[in-house]
Amino acid sequence: MATQTTQIPLPVAGLPATAESLLLQHEVEQLLYREARLLDDWNLDAWLTLYTEDAQYVVPTTDLPEGDPRKDLVFIDDDYTRMAARVVRLKSRHAHREYPWSRTRRFIGNVMVTATDGDEIEATASVAVWRFRAGESSPYVGRYDVRMRRVDGELRLCHKRATLDLEGLSDHGALSIIF
Amino acid sequence: MEISELVYDRPDLGKFRYHRSSMLLPEIYELERQRIFDKCWLYLGHESEVPNPGDYVRRVVAERALFFARNRDGELVVFHNTCPHRGALICRTEQGNAQVFQCFYHAWSFNTSGELIGMPDVEGYGPDFDRAEMGLRSPRFDSYKGFIFVCFDREAGSLVDYLAGAAEYLDLVADQSPAGMKVIPGSNRYTIKANWKLLAENSIDGYHALPTHQTYFDYMANEVGGSIPSINNRRGFGRALGNGHGVMENDAIYGRPIAMWHPYFGEESRAEIDSIKEELSGRHGRDKALRMCEKSRNMVIFPNLVINDIMAVTIRVFQPTGPDSMDVTAWEMAPGDETGSMLHRRLDSFLTFLGPGGFATPDDTEALESCQHGFRSGGVEWSDLSRGFHRDPTGSDELQIRSFWRRWQSLVAEMPHVERFERGLGLFEQPEVAPSPELAVAADN
Repeated sequence: MATQTTQIPLPVAGLPATAESLLLQHEVEQLLYREARLLDDWNLDAWLTLYTEDAQYVVPTTDLPEGDPRKDLVFIDDDYTRMAARVVRLKSRHAHREYPWSRTRRFIGNVMVTATDGDEIEATASVAVWRFRAGESSPYVGRYDVRMRRVDGELRLCHKRATLDLEGLSDHGALSIIF
Repeated sequence: MEISELVYDRPDLGKFRYHRSSMLLPEIYELERQRIFDKCWLYLGHESEVPNPGDYVRRVVAERALFFARNRDGELVVFHNTCPHRGALICRTEQGNAQVFQCFYHAWSFNTSGELIGMPDVEGYGPDFDRAEMGLRSPRFDSYKGFIFVCFDREAGSLVDYLAGAAEYLDLVADQSPAGMKVIPGSNRYTIKANWKLLAENSIDGYHALPTHQTYFDYMANEVGGSIPSINNRRGFGRALGNGHGVMENDAIYGRPIAMWHPYFGEESRAEIDSIKEELSGRHGRDKALRMCEKSRNMVIFPNLVINDIMAVTIRVFQPTGPDSMDVTAWEMAPGDETGSMLHRRLDSFLTFLGPGGFATPDDTEALESCQHGFRSGGVEWSDLSRGFHRDPTGSDELQIRSFWRRWQSLVAEMPHVERFERGLGLFEQPEVAPSPELAVAADN
């Protein structure tokens, strides 16, 4: 659990409001909204195409939100191969926590482009995913920290770190969806 | 129905089953609290979580708030997390380091050994006030090779007697590194809305692995090489370890970070992993080293601790919060001095199968909740655990689960505990005469 002494680096500010940065803001928002919609629609093959083939997808544990997958235990630390395997698993009817699939609705807000560094663009966003299944309803709430890059002119995600604000998966039992 | 009849144990008929009311009734849960969780040794934490003087960790065990710490002399201490003055929680953060434990309510202060060292306006207390009486209170505690347990029964026997045959299996984990084993930062915390005994069963149930976790085996076979095992082609076995503890031990299917190389770990890791195996052989002899490296073990230490030594070494503990709910916490262990690519490989191996985001653990959570829903359907009174009753129990048979239930029955009904020695390998204390095909029955305590 985050304590008062935990220093989570915060972006000082977004980019200055130029025509270029407004366009970039729009483009980043559209990418995150599109990802949310594809996941809500369980269109997982299309979801995977939003990522570069060197992508990494990390979800830290709830008690160690600053966890580093190279030395701390995390919930998810996928490279592109395992992201693809996750898609295969979720589509297989044998991922029992998601068969039948849950109904989800993702809300993305507070999207802030925080840096452009060479080819890469960094952004942060707030996220809430409502999940409904088997008579239960529970939200996954947290923050995205993403890095993006242009591939053939299109913005693609190359890194997503999805940090849960929850103290534990007390209502959820698992992280069976892609968060 | 009598409490003593909830487990139907008839080896002569090849039948073993338990009554499903044991998974549903609040009255039985209350008996479990009194007769199991207030009587048995219960896992609290690991010494590596408090390496330095002043380090503390808070935890809930059997619905009781506790915290453990290392005092300024470097000794392990465990306290009930309640102020002896008026009751408030003393420790209100998950972990940290402190020189003094101060209650926020009236600002009473305690040193790291729990002694009362100060309070505001001390003149308000008269000459009869005994400071020594007002220190933090400790439950009984002890540790075995770094694994800390508490017991709320002052009359209970020692921890090492309680662990019985499980101690040897803890050795197989604790002895994996000359630097000792540590708990890696970060834990899995999740709730399963099912009876706690379902997770005990599930954790030592080899029979469910292939049907339930098909996507895991497909992933390992398709993505990283390796074949899908069949349910019974492994030279594994189940064992009762005494006092309700049980284990299944199998040939490892895929790699093990301790020292069994697998293509999944990458060619570059091969020499490194082989050198670990050499070190273990030198320290423990070849037979024990090979067993440590190439066998996997899933163990339940009665009632609510699981030590899995599989594609990762995990500690999993589940705290019941009612007849149909439990809070689960799981950690991963590593050699105390492991860093860099070896540690990363170990962490990655965990994530293939384990944890709320792994490729298998969510399936177990679903299965357990599904059973709990199914129990409420009624129409079926008993659940069956007779698999392997007629043969030397393999790793996918249920001897070790029967052992859990026999202990459970004797405790909730306050009956003498009878350890049944089943055929073949399912022996805790090998009788002097080799067991006949018939069952031998011997008293244990």
